[in-house]
Amino acid sequence: MNDTVRLIEVREEIHADNERVAQGLRARLAETKTFLLNLMSSPGAGKTRTILKTIEVLRDRFRFGVLEADIDSKVDAELIAARGITAVQLRTGGFCHLDAAMVAKGIDALDLNALDVIIIENVGNLVCPAEFDTGAMKNVMILSVPEGDDKPLKYPLMFTVSDVLLINKMDYLEISDFNLGLLRERALKLNPRIQIFEISAKTGQGTDRWAAWLSEQVQSVLH
Amino acid sequence: MHELQITERILNVVLQHAAGQDIHRIVRIHLRIGELSDLEDEWVQHYFDYLSRGTLAEHAKLAITRAPIVVACHSCSYSFELKKDQLGQVTCPECGEGRLELVSGRGYLIENMEVM
Repeated sequence: MNDTVRLIEVREEIHADNERVAQGLRARLAETKTFLLNLMSSPGAGKTRTILKTIEVLRDRFRFGVLEADIDSKVDAELIAARGITAVQLRTGGFCHLDAAMVAKGIDALDLNALDVIIIENVGNLVCPAEFDTGAMKNVMILSVPEGDDKPLKYPLMFTVSDVLLINKMDYLEISDFNLGLLRERALKLNPRIQIFEISAKTGQGTDRWAAWLSEQVQSVLH
Repeated sequence: MHELQITERILNVVLQHAAGQDIHRIVRIHLRIGELSDLEDEWVQHYFDYLSRGTLAEHAKLAITRAPIVVACHSCSYSFELKKDQLGQVTCPECGEGRLELVSGRGYLIENMEVM
């Protein structure tokens, strides 16, 4: 037995495996012409309601499926399925986020030839999901007005990795001290490329502009 | 939080690298974690101690260094390092632009390990 300490080079990024699975998933979905969207937010920001509203606006144009991640419940999946939308429940078993392998498993349960768009409702959390590539083509985050305009300062990575920021619950704006201009400035400083849409999934305000952006992205995959 | 999963991956990677070699035990693992990660060094070590029981890496110490956050200016492309609490608070020192893009500062790199 060798008792002297020696050094072994490893040089391995621990997310490398997940990145490989994510790239593989994107390639597979590009082949079947299916658009995969990763939706992230804190709990209660309105992910499920935003998904339902988005599908309502676009359901004549695209066929939707939803992957619902929940730590240990099926409340959201049941709500979605009740509207006649294909939903797969992914129970993360305590994990605070989804990774590409978990998403790939959920995708396996769907008939990709019957779907144009799959929306992942990630675990409600502004920290962990930002670290893991899910294999989605675009990352969208929701920040709702009642959460406050200081969130880019507290959760910078989430704003950095998102392609779109949906500011939801705009119908609460008047009764809050939320500063829209300041929020935009803070988000753009972290991520100059982020697209910002102001919506209310409840009243439908602003959802047409967001839906138009999404349609454009989906079209670019379908063709 | 995802300390447990991250730590499990660290353990799996080092055990893979140790497999098939003449190694009696892993003494120290050098990790480079991006400054943007929310993981606390102390907790990563706690989880590692728990998960590594009964493996070659039992009692191994994690030597963690932080990789700095590097951003590039959206208008003049000048790149520079900053601290986490400066994110979204500073402007480009060259041209004063406030919009900065993240270049690096994420990730978990296992650099090497000391073994006996």
